[in-house]
Amino acid sequence: MTTASAPARGAPFDRTLLLVVPAAAFMLLLFVYPFLYGLVLSFNPKEGGWLANYRFFFTTDNEWPTIWTTLRLALPATLINVGLALPIAYRMRVKTRYQRWVTTLLVVPITLGTVLIAEGMLTYFGPKGWLSHFLQLLHLYSGPIRLTHNYWGVLISLIVSGFPFAFLLILSYVTGIDPVLARAAATLGAGPAAQFRSIYLPLLAPGLAMCFCLAFVQAFSVFPSAVLLGSPAGPTRVISIAAYEAAFEQYDYALASAIAMVMGLVQLSIVAAVLGLRNVFYRGPVSGGKG
Amino acid sequence: MKHDFDELKLDRVTRRFAASGGKAFNALDALTLTVRRGEFICLLGPSGCGKSTALNCIAGLMGLSGGSIWLDAQRIDTLPPEKRGFGMVFQNYALFPHMSVAKNIAFGLKMRGISAADRAPRVAHALKLVQLTGQEHKLPGQLSGGQQQRVAIARAIVIEPPLILMDEPLSNLDAKLRVETRAEIRRIHRELDRATVYVTHDQDEALSLADRIVVMKDGVVQQIGTPTEVYAQPANLHVARFMGYRNVLELDVVREDGDRVEVRGQDVALTGVRRQPLAGARAMVAIRPEEITVGEGPGGLNTLAGRVSNVEYCGRDALLEVITPSGTLLQVRGPVGIARDDTVRVYVPVERALVYPAA
Repeated sequence: MTTASAPARGAPFDRTLLLVVPAAAFMLLLFVYPFLYGLVLSFNPKEGGWLANYRFFFTTDNEWPTIWTTLRLALPATLINVGLALPIAYRMRVKTRYQRWVTTLLVVPITLGTVLIAEGMLTYFGPKGWLSHFLQLLHLYSGPIRLTHNYWGVLISLIVSGFPFAFLLILSYVTGIDPVLARAAATLGAGPAAQFRSIYLPLLAPGLAMCFCLAFVQAFSVFPSAVLLGSPAGPTRVISIAAYEAAFEQYDYALASAIAMVMGLVQLSIVAAVLGLRNVFYRGPVSGGKG
Repeated sequence: MKHDFDELKLDRVTRRFAASGGKAFNALDALTLTVRRGEFICLLGPSGCGKSTALNCIAGLMGLSGGSIWLDAQRIDTLPPEKRGFGMVFQNYALFPHMSVAKNIAFGLKMRGISAADRAPRVAHALKLVQLTGQEHKLPGQLSGGQQQRVAIARAIVIEPPLILMDEPLSNLDAKLRVETRAEIRRIHRELDRATVYVTHDQDEALSLADRIVVMKDGVVQQIGTPTEVYAQPANLHVARFMGYRNVLELDVVREDGDRVEVRGQDVALTGVRRQPLAGARAMVAIRPEEITVGEGPGGLNTLAGRVSNVEYCGRDALLEVITPSGTLLQVRGPVGIARDDTVRVYVPVERALVYPAA
């Protein structure tokens, strides 16, 4: 199995490379093939030229705006999740008696499915829900509270389900940074704020970018909560709903594939932009020498 | 933050930790010490003796459970580390991995609000002092261990701290580099004339660097003295053992005459110098292998006979194990040329056999 790019002529084939075969086969069968199938399908519309599906998506009034609708949900949700998780994870970096309890509490929502969260939120945040009752009881707010079946319901559910994910990821990055670095900074005159700004933040930046990407991709593909907690016909008609309707209401798999491709492209461009930005920062070991 | 001081005073500094069983123990027990301006102090002891705890308490990285720390008339143990302004060198260097060598060194100056234009010459001077000129744009990861340690030293001294703290700075270096860097630290200390508190478990390091050595064990100070005092006159058996008195014999006390003590075993009779008041009929005699000579003492005094049971060749000399007929084992530094199973007589000078009470 020698090729032109083999490192050295006659070098023995490294048989441990064979260990990659199952994973490669798995990827090929379950990801690459379906993806390429969908890609080809998207260029074979029911009628019209090979770009007809894309032309339809980008010219129809309730199709192309779904990109913005989804971005309007996914970007703020991701920013809030990462922005909230960072200070809490930073606070949790030192072992305290409460650390384990707080971590457990914050992570519980990850074990609940989106549907379960949606059900719970409908009862809690709904117009006759506990929150509404509670606020009215305390005379804090008397008007009707509308936090379900609209933009806010979906956003809140994205935060509830996405936060533990971002928190756990950032917590692992934060605890990976050698606390001796902050102590060294302290002996050099850096107060707590300066320690965070000049030591933790730059070392966390690549991890935060990665966390942002993963959380964003998760949020961008929102579907159940957009249906259950939003108003899927209007303000929370996200791109995955558009694809779902094309596939399972109009049975136009080609159009659905095209929408899925657009969805993938948007995710990819945001991820590429963030990861490109990541290269600006230092990437390397986060310890201060021999340990 | 002061740039210099006359005295750093540690007054009964105590630090308690909760053990895993929930029982608290004193990692550092009432350490009282005065560091004078420009002095080089070594905290010496085996791991777990509280020496690093003491250093962290001085630096402010660890709170005190009792006692106080004074910089002249100012009480500093209540200040956070960033307000104390001491330079600290960490065991694993703790260089900021995302900053260049120059930025690492400039960090403390930047935190003090010194402008970039004023920082540059001081960073250049510090680099020159640790002989790293030309490496300023590298990242710490691109340097060798010895270079990283010198960056750490430069970073600590560039802020011109009144006190420099070093926590086993050489323990991650190989033997040759350790000796070189040790000389470097001594030279830098002479040039800067700043008080330094240096933590180590290595007697050689402490003896070669320190003006005064603080020997510690289980959080308690055993002896404070100059290297000569600690080396030649250990205050107790722990210090003696730690300072290389490898022969420790438990013998019967025969007679005390002033500070001279006669002790005796089955086939061992020695006269030594008492270092602590004796209690009881038994005593411990501590002798260094290099202070025993092969041969007969004056008039046969303090002379033992035995068989050589092991020889370790060391180049200039050899380390012999001499075993007396009754089984007392002595380590002796002797001349090259003595073979295993030879019968030898060895002599211990009276003033070099130190007598301590039996535990």
